[in-house]
Amino acid sequence: MSDFNLNIPSTERSDKLSPEMFEKLERDEVRVDEVGRKSLTAWQDIRQRLVSNKLAMFGFWIIVAMVLLAIFAPIFWPFDHFTNDLENKNMPPDATHWFGTDDLGRDMFERVWKGAQVSLFVGIVAALIDLIIGIIYGGIMGYFGGKVDEVMNRFSEILAAIPYLLIVILLLVVMEPSITTIIVAMSITGWINMAWIVRGQIMQLKNQEYALASKSLGAGAMRIIFRHLIPNAMGPILVTLTLTIPNAIFTEAFLSFLGLGVQSPVASWGTMIDDGAGAMMSGYTWRLFFPALFLSLTIFAFNVFGDGLRDAFDPKLKK
Amino acid sequence: MKGNFKKPVHLMLVLVLAFSMLLAACTGNNNKQDPANNAGNEGTNATDAPKEPQEFRFTLASEPPSLDPALMTDAQSSIVAAGLYEGLTRLNTKGEPENALAESITASEDGKTYTIKLRQDAKWSNGDPVTANDFEFAWKRALNPETASEYAYMLFYLANGEKYNSGKGSADEVGVKASDEYTLEVTLNSPAPYFTSLLSHYTYLPVHQATVEAAADWAAEASTIVSNGPFKLTEWAHADKLVLEKNADYYNADAINFDKVTISLVEDENTVYQLYETDKIDWIGAQAGSVPSDLVQQLVSEKKAEITAVASVYYYLFNNNKEPFNNVKVRKAFSMALDRQSLIDNVAQANQQPAFGLVPPSITGPEGKMFREVYPDTGYFSENVEEAKKLLAEGLAELGLSSFPADVTLLYNTSEGHKALAEAAVDMWRKNLGVEVKLANQEWGTFLETRKAGGFDIARSGWGADINHPINFTYDLIHSKSGNNDGKYNNPAVDKLLDDSLVAATPEESQQKMAEAEKIAVSEDMGVLPTYYYTTVTMLKPGFEGVVSDYAGHLDWVHGSKK
Amino acid sequence: MLRFILGKLVFMVVSLFLLITATFMLMNAIPGSPLQSEKAPNPAVQKNLEAYYGLDKPLIVQYGKYLANLAKGDMGISMKKKFQSVDKMIKQSFGPSLRLGISAIITSVLVGCILGILAAMYHRKFIDNLAMILAVIGLAIPSIVLAPIMQYFLGTKLRWFEVAGLNGPMDYVLPTIALASGPIAFIARLLRSTMIEVLNADFIKTAKSKGLSGYVIVVKHALRNSMLPVVTYLGYLTAGIITGSVVVEKIFAIPGIGKHFVTSVIDRDYPLIMGITIFYAVILMLSRFLADVAYVLVDPRMRAGGKVAK
Repeated sequence: MSDFNLNIPSTERSDKLSPEMFEKLERDEVRVDEVGRKSLTAWQDIRQRLVSNKLAMFGFWIIVAMVLLAIFAPIFWPFDHFTNDLENKNMPPDATHWFGTDDLGRDMFERVWKGAQVSLFVGIVAALIDLIIGIIYGGIMGYFGGKVDEVMNRFSEILAAIPYLLIVILLLVVMEPSITTIIVAMSITGWINMAWIVRGQIMQLKNQEYALASKSLGAGAMRIIFRHLIPNAMGPILVTLTLTIPNAIFTEAFLSFLGLGVQSPVASWGTMIDDGAGAMMSGYTWRLFFPALFLSLTIFAFNVFGDGLRDAFDPKLKK
Repeated sequence: MKGNFKKPVHLMLVLVLAFSMLLAACTGNNNKQDPANNAGNEGTNATDAPKEPQEFRFTLASEPPSLDPALMTDAQSSIVAAGLYEGLTRLNTKGEPENALAESITASEDGKTYTIKLRQDAKWSNGDPVTANDFEFAWKRALNPETASEYAYMLFYLANGEKYNSGKGSADEVGVKASDEYTLEVTLNSPAPYFTSLLSHYTYLPVHQATVEAAADWAAEASTIVSNGPFKLTEWAHADKLVLEKNADYYNADAINFDKVTISLVEDENTVYQLYETDKIDWIGAQAGSVPSDLVQQLVSEKKAEITAVASVYYYLFNNNKEPFNNVKVRKAFSMALDRQSLIDNVAQANQQPAFGLVPPSITGPEGKMFREVYPDTGYFSENVEEAKKLLAEGLAELGLSSFPADVTLLYNTSEGHKALAEAAVDMWRKNLGVEVKLANQEWGTFLETRKAGGFDIARSGWGADINHPINFTYDLIHSKSGNNDGKYNNPAVDKLLDDSLVAATPEESQQKMAEAEKIAVSEDMGVLPTYYYTTVTMLKPGFEGVVSDYAGHLDWVHGSKK
Repeated sequence: MLRFILGKLVFMVVSLFLLITATFMLMNAIPGSPLQSEKAPNPAVQKNLEAYYGLDKPLIVQYGKYLANLAKGDMGISMKKKFQSVDKMIKQSFGPSLRLGISAIITSVLVGCILGILAAMYHRKFIDNLAMILAVIGLAIPSIVLAPIMQYFLGTKLRWFEVAGLNGPMDYVLPTIALASGPIAFIARLLRSTMIEVLNADFIKTAKSKGLSGYVIVVKHALRNSMLPVVTYLGYLTAGIITGSVVVEKIFAIPGIGKHFVTSVIDRDYPLIMGITIFYAVILMLSRFLADVAYVLVDPRMRAGGKVAK
């Protein structure tokens, strides 16, 4: 707006100042101290940066919408996800069945949101498990260092060398295929990345003054780790967490594609995509389109939100 | 800005292309040209050739675990072996045995000894003649415990066959002997009227003694296989493809029309269908690829696909020892509450035939008729929802249950098709009987173990024929001592009928007893829940003839031709 | 340096041993056996089979025998595919996976880098947004969706490509795209963020002030200094991609090693399960090891100090 004012040709300006040109201010409205910006706490600062990132917020609202739809759409939708209606199988989307019906005449709208429950649940729970194990394991590794770190790090490296897929399949074979099994299988090696990130952070932070001060005041290791160090390492941890969720959703979809997914008649996005790939050739494209769309949208949303979160924690990138 | 839009996209494509070309150039020597593309060209170039070389192409989902007749166990192996080897007999398209290497087969009066004269013009692919000795060696080798043949039991019909295989007898006692170079003397334990059919089974195929003795892994590579069939294996790129070419030395080479047969190994059924659509293969179906089920009805109505009956039955096992299916009325209620035709029309979708018994319609019966013609299963029971409801209530009352148990589960092995059927069946029970049955799927290996151990309420099952005889579907499935009776159905009267059928004086009497046993087991006891008799959906490119699905639903391509 | 390498190698052998032991026990603990079939086997036949494959011996004896053979370089023969030796099966199927994998890795690095560089150079401009949106879309569409769609529309409908197989150069295009779309996105985003940081560093500003052109700066100075995270990521990516992708190989009927991961377990083919585990672990450890070495080579701080400031 300042540009606008300056562009007024000088000939048209009044040479004289008149009182009308001034606006009177009350004394207390003058914000002398706020020449810069308001002083914010670190978290407020991050939030502000995050909120101003449009793409990240777009992702955030998609996630919120997905979660809400997953929870509420199945409750209010007139169809259930298991009753067959063989007369109306493979119906294209219309006013009754918004997303069409599948090969047993089940409503795809209902099934997509039931599937969203599974996929989101698996993604979020698996990520939380990774988070908890990763923080504890990585925290201990990083804080104690030396021999403890050596041994624990070696152990995690061995685990990381396991053919992940093979182990997951072995486990799915041993246990009944179910949501729990999938989550357990994914968590066996899933936490390692988080642990390594936490370890790196803690190693950097543990020699900072506040940690040393706390230690010299006699605080125990656990207290220092969880009260002082972890909160300060929250940035990278949160970012990793946001990016673990889409990975877990991916893995679940992938396992379902191999026939190792959740028990029927519940279907995850992965199982629906697997069914849909065949249905596409018969011209029943909607059976692939909708689950694929929402899976991709969710992954997209978590990714852009995760990116935004990282940028918010690391303002260097925002210069 | 608009101009920049295309840049990354184009770059990406160009780079992908550039690098794939680079790669292909680096691996040029491994770069096997798809024979499919060349077949046509070769033909047009060879102007002086009397006819265009005929090629036939199809897919298998996985490669044959073995091409050693003693070690073969599955449909994949048998489809390949049919072209590679020649046995004493071969089944024609109706499933009846016809002499192949055998010139004549003479049975003794008591039906226990067979004298088989071999034709003298048959050769191995290395030029050696095929003799009676090769058969004796092959059969005894399959029975040798050290060979560890899974299908050795197919040879237990031979006198002392089982004894030798169990390590208790010696090879000399086994009832097969080459009395001269072209005569085989066979002694059986007991008369087996279907022995000539049995002779067409791959376990009865001959092997070349010197080759087998030289290397145990002789049948694992194309270069080392010595075979005697209408085709020779010229290439076996493991996990990728097999190529067979016509054997010019085959004694009946004139009857063989294909010059080359290419078998690609493709697991994904959507991919198989797209290969067919893009003219890369000539056949789908009958264990050699399958037509995606969503497409079947449309393809059949467009006359692009055909449906053929298969000697296999799809059924659900009840756990006869566990509440609530230890009660006959509950079992009957579940069976009667299913609408089989609806399952077939809407879910299985390949024009299968509803099953009210166990023996499939394509199994031959007495006196040259089909078994089901003589003993129809239509009267065994009928579907009736009202009656089913009544029976369920009575059954539950007899068990002292006030309501249907909450955690009854239907177990099936992981597969799209089984899943859809199970979901539809459970839905019918929910709607018709008001009961809630849970679903559980297990991966194949685990599933088999669970089912064997009786860890189920209802379990999916399917049964196919090894030989064209009703014994496959009666003794094997409902005798209390059969290792395949996983539902533990047990009725002494049925056992007795089945035992008697084995020693019955005439084939007619024997089949009569099997039919009676089947009727009791299904009609009175509902020991298992028959669902439908399988069919297979097949597609054959126009211009081909004589490629069929045999009675057991296996692709039979050997005598096919291209116009 | 030698000490560092030796130490790594010893560690690799030890972890391999632990891995072998764990897999051997786990694999034997799962229900089912390589010798089971749907038709109940005759007890005599079953006994013969077990004796043949040594499965009748106590587990510890089987384990000892396996290790002894392995020490001689013998991974045994498959229990499902008769008389095919495991090392040969792995060798044969690794070829296609490796070729496809290399194609996918090169594609992801090149395309990923180009997108990343463009995005960084035009930071906060249209190109940046476009490149990043492309990247995230690539990341968001899983291969289980992308592969069948490309196969059906570009292969069956338009006939631009073969629907399956890996026979000609063009056959690499679809599977490569399916495999590379994720990594492209990852690399692009990784490179963009490090690059933006590097482009703001003092030495780049110095270079600019010396009048060097934008592209020279980016290629000669900034790229080299931004590649570190990409190299680390490549260590993981390589192992993941060249050991085959189950889904892509299944859909495009590529006779690669990926399918052994699933079928070996489904078949309970014990020697093959072991072979695949060992193979995969060795590849993974080696590629991480190489990534470590490459890291040292690329990291300017690890080299003679003067070179960068030149």
